[in-house]
Parts: sequence; C-alpha cells; structure tokens
Amino acid sequence: MRKTVTLGMAAIALTIAGCARKQAAPEVAPPVEQAPPGEAAAPGDVELVELPAAQADLVAKAGSDTVYFGTDKYDLDEATRATLAAQARWLIANPNVRASIEGHCDERGTREYNMALGERRANAARDFLLSQGVPAARLLVTSWGKERPVAPGSNEEAWAQNRRAVTVLVR
Amino acid sequence: MKRIAIMDSDGSNHRYLTGGKATVTMPRFSPRGDRLVYTGTLAHKPRVFVIDIASGRERLLVPGGVITFAPRFSPDGRRIVFSMARGGNTDIYVVDADGGTPRQLTSAPGADTSPSYSPDGSRIVFESDRSGTQQLYMMDAGGGGQRRISFGGGRYASPVWSPRGNLIAFTRIAGSFNIGVMDPSGGGVRILSDGWQDEGPSWAPNGQFVMFHRTAKNSGATALYAVNINGGAPRRMPTPQDGSDPSWSPLQN
Repeated sequence: MRKTVTLGMAAIALTIAGCARKQAAPEVAPPVEQAPPGEAAAPGDVELVELPAAQADLVAKAGSDTVYFGTDKYDLDEATRATLAAQARWLIANPNVRASIEGHCDERGTREYNMALGERRANAARDFLLSQGVPAARLLVTSWGKERPVAPGSNEEAWAQNRRAVTVLVR
Repeated sequence: MKRIAIMDSDGSNHRYLTGGKATVTMPRFSPRGDRLVYTGTLAHKPRVFVIDIASGRERLLVPGGVITFAPRFSPDGRRIVFSMARGGNTDIYVVDADGGTPRQLTSAPGADTSPSYSPDGSRIVFESDRSGTQQLYMMDAGGGGQRRISFGGGRYASPVWSPRGNLIAFTRIAGSFNIGVMDPSGGGVRILSDGWQDEGPSWAPNGQFVMFHRTAKNSGATALYAVNINGGAPRRMPTPQDGSDPSWSPLQN
C-alpha cells in the first residue's frame, strides 16, 4: 500500500475564535419580529426571541436567573430550590413571557453525554418550576451541553460556574 | 461558535458548509459521502440536520421542537440513528434518512447516546449510564439483545465501529479523556492517546488510523489528531482554525 494515498475528506467543526456567547442580556434590543416560519415548521421549530429587559427584571427580583449543580449531578439543593421558587413567583406575576430552561455542563464530560446531562439539569429545574405553579405550556427545556461555558479554565472554580441551568425569558 | 467545514485529509482545500448562525457539532458523512448529518441549533435546542454537500440544502431530521443529537447514518445510507432527550431521559431512535416517524430503540432510564452501526448494519454499539456510569453497550439494529460490553476501569463513551467491523474505537474517561480501541466483544482494550481531553474518534476508511480531537487544558483550544491503531504518537492534522469533531469520509474517486 502506498503511504501517500489521499484518504478522502474530513468534515470537522471549526471553532471561530472569540465568539463565546454569554447568556446575559445583549446590549441591543432584540428584533421586533422574526420572519414568519415556513409552512412546514412544526411547534417548537421557530426561533425564540430573547427579552433583555424582562431578563434583567427577573434577575433583579428573583436574585438570579441561574442555578448550579454538583459534578455529574442534576439534583436541586436547598439554595437552588429557593432561587427557583423566586423565579416561579416572577413567572407567575409576569404571565406574558415563556421561559427556556437551559442546562449546561462543565468540560469534564464527553460532547454527547453532556447534551444528555444538560437536559437532565434543565428538566429538573423545569419540574420544580412546575411544582410551584408555573404552567407547563410556558416552560421549554433545552441543553447546551458543554458548548457555552461562562467560565474559562480547567479548575474546580470554573467547572462549578459552568454546571448550571439558566432561565432564559423568551417569546 | 462552531461551523462545519470540509477539507482533504491532508488539511488542504477546506471550505465551510454551514454559516455562523448556530453552534454545530458532530458532523458525520453518509456512506457515499454525498450528505452529512450534524447537530445544529434551532429555537435554542440541539437538533439533527441533514445537509446535501453539493447543493448545501439542509433539513431538520425530526420536526416538532424535540432535542435530538449524536446522529449517524446506517451503512446503507437509508436510516439515521440518533439520540432524543426529553423529560430528563435520553434514548436512541432510528428514522428513515428521508424523514418519517422515528422508532425508539432504547428505553432504559438514563443517557443512551452515541449510537454507531456495525458495517453490516446488523448491530449498534452505543453508550449508556444505566449502570451508574457511562459504559459501552451492544444491541441488535432493531433494539433487541442490549448488553454491556465495557468492563475496564473508568468510563467509556462515543464508540464507533471500524470499517472492517473488527474493532470499536471509543473515548475512555479516567480523569483525562483518551482514545482507545477494543474488540466488539469488549476484550482487547488498547489505549492509543494520552492528552488532557481526547474525544470523538472517527475511523479512516482503511481502518488503520483513528482521527479525534484534543482539547487543551485551561485554554479549551481544540485540534485534530490522527493515531495509528498499531501504536505510535498521535499526529496533529492541520486546520485553519481550532478543529474538532472530525468525520473521515469514505474513499473518494
């Protein structure tokens, strides 16, 4: 066998530097309206519009839009439940928005597994919000896996900040 | 932000297939090399898309607002196996590559993901944490006969079957992540790399090399490497920016 033979092509994901996206509200207002979905779009297939002003109000009134988890865990401790209860009160008082509960993981899991773990975390937070009286139709669940860390670095402090679920207000 | 690019296996002729609007991961070639499946984002959710390489046309694999990821084609290119997460549970499903209603293959509580067909299409290797930690499992292509095959130390993830069917490459998690290979029975484990985080193995079509991506400690920078399955140091593959999630295409004429 020749050693120089070209072995075909590779498809890869190329990281574009400097685009770490923060979950915090963007500084510019969101577009007024998204383009209407195609006829084939099913429920849940339409892009969400984030609500920076409402998000800031949630953070101010509920204390935080984020709760944290232990390593490879998705159970809710006392502090987490208190934060989520405050978020639930805000959501009940502001019935015109929905919330996308978004789970994230630290870097110490594989890409696929962390997608699943992030969904577990978001789902656990969603279930608690439901138990506090937030209607199910207003709660969406998603996972970013380890794709959107807020803290760089390979140390316990960074990992702890990245193991989280964020309540992102949308319509 | 990540985008999908295609390049020759020596790093030349790279071009982008997707725009910069959403993070994309886990691209995998169809058996004929004319399509890719990948995990993109829609309505904040990870979602499997199928893209035609020549035209750039892409479509959502499973409509309806569900979270889907970790797709791979069947060896005949007619089906796509993938994970769907809902209600805190992730299971493996299969659907016609042209669309239709997905059929559920696993139902154990836990994270069942990273499915990969045997070359003859009769079996699927996947990972599950149903035992408490991530381990590798085997099942018939219809979902029957599920059994664990990895029993060494550490956790095992992202298995992928070799082109000849005699080996399975995987990611082993034991503090750091390393790439290794094992027999489909789970025996003959050999670890081939020793980076901080090496994951996402993909076989060369000749079955002699496994490509993977290495994430650097602290910086999070990623790069592609290829390692000979008979041993030797992994060799870095050139990419114009940080590269990850490699998929080696079938042989092209």
